[in-house]
Amino acid sequence: MSDAGRQGRPGERGPGGDHWFDDDAGPVVRPYAMTRGRTSTATRQRLDLIALVVPEPAAADPGRDQTLSPEHVEIVQRCGDFPRSIADLAAGLDLPVGVVRVLVGDLVEDALVHVTRPVPPAELPDVSILREVINGLRAL
Amino acid sequence: MVYGRSSSGDPDRPGDPDRSGGLPGPARARRPADPVALKLLVAGGFGVGKTTLVGAVSEIRPLRTEEDLSEAGRPLDDLRGVEAKSTTTVAMDFGRITLRDELVLYLFGTPGQDRFWFLWDELAQGALGAVVLADTRRLAECFAAVDYFERRGIPFLVAVNCFDGAERFPAATVRAALDLDDRVPLLMCDARERESVKEVLATVVEHALALTTRDRAPAVRG
Ligand SMILES: Nc1nc2c(ncn2[C@@H]2O[C@H](COP(=O)(O)OP(=O)(O)O)[C@@H](O)[C@H]2O)c(=O)[nH]1
Ligand SMILES: [Mg+2]
Repeated sequence: MSDAGRQGRPGERGPGGDHWFDDDAGPVVRPYAMTRGRTSTATRQRLDLIALVVPEPAAADPGRDQTLSPEHVEIVQRCGDFPRSIADLAAGLDLPVGVVRVLVGDLVEDALVHVTRPVPPAELPDVSILREVINGLRAL
Repeated sequence: MVYGRSSSGDPDRPGDPDRSGGLPGPARARRPADPVALKLLVAGGFGVGKTTLVGAVSEIRPLRTEEDLSEAGRPLDDLRGVEAKSTTTVAMDFGRITLRDELVLYLFGTPGQDRFWFLWDELAQGALGAVVLADTRRLAECFAAVDYFERRGIPFLVAVNCFDGAERFPAATVRAALDLDDRVPLLMCDARERESVKEVLATVVEHALALTTRDRAPAVRG
């Protein structure tokens, strides 16, 4: 999940957005051009690998945000058909997970997508989901 | 999980329509429409059949994750100059099984070598269960994985991948060699066979279900 909702400062995003490298960022990881050098470790909590990226209604027209890169737009499009996780997106776009985390974080800030909080198995609302998984696996 | 136990009052929940203001409270319910994603891990030594197993039941794709070397448990004074800023790229086996539109099971095949333990902590968080793949010719290579899941209380089973030409041992012998708790399922499998792998995965989820049910109803335990 992302803290973007609380910590996002969309106005500060952009070329001068070097607040991403704050004291908490730890050792600098190889910068990615695609994310303008940002890494996901600075101000945002790591998005879980199986956190699902779900489009918001505003995502129907992602092109209206001129600051979005083609990769941002592609992520929004890929999530339109059926839910994709951070890992799905990284594998599908052939990007490292860290890059996808940053890009999805941007989209959350822009309210184009939201990210589901993976449910720890112990917190599943009821165990019928697990029965469904067992039966589904046997029926594959 | 990294997330707290409370799901209904989480003020940071992305996607909450009122996340930009207002007090956290019970009214912030989880969106019922959000799909459910679960994950299973596949662990074991190099060449034991992890990639084969994941590929037998799902569309498999490599997943690249880049990690700061200092997170890999290296002493800091090992890192000099530019090297201190470099990352290591680790490719994991990654599979997806779509059970229905709103229910997805992910498989992560993780490298068994010690230097990748740092990856496991993230993968293990919130995992439904784990398969430890074992090869009876090199049983010691899965000791670390068995220890790891035992310590963390992650439901797991041991699947012995029966390679051609490898001597077959009775399950009890393998159990004893692994010093496996009686309650941990152990089964024989062929990682190349879809039916066999389906059974392995179904069994680990059954095991997870049994543990969950037990934990949820302590009154009926023993
Ligand atoms: N005979 C036999 N070979 C297998 C089996 N599972 C995997 N292999 C082979 O063993 C080799 C290593 O398997 P792989 O899945 O790449 O192992 P990994 O390193 O754990 O991912 C490959 O050549 C597989 O074809 C099995 O159940 N029986
Ligand atoms: Mg492999």
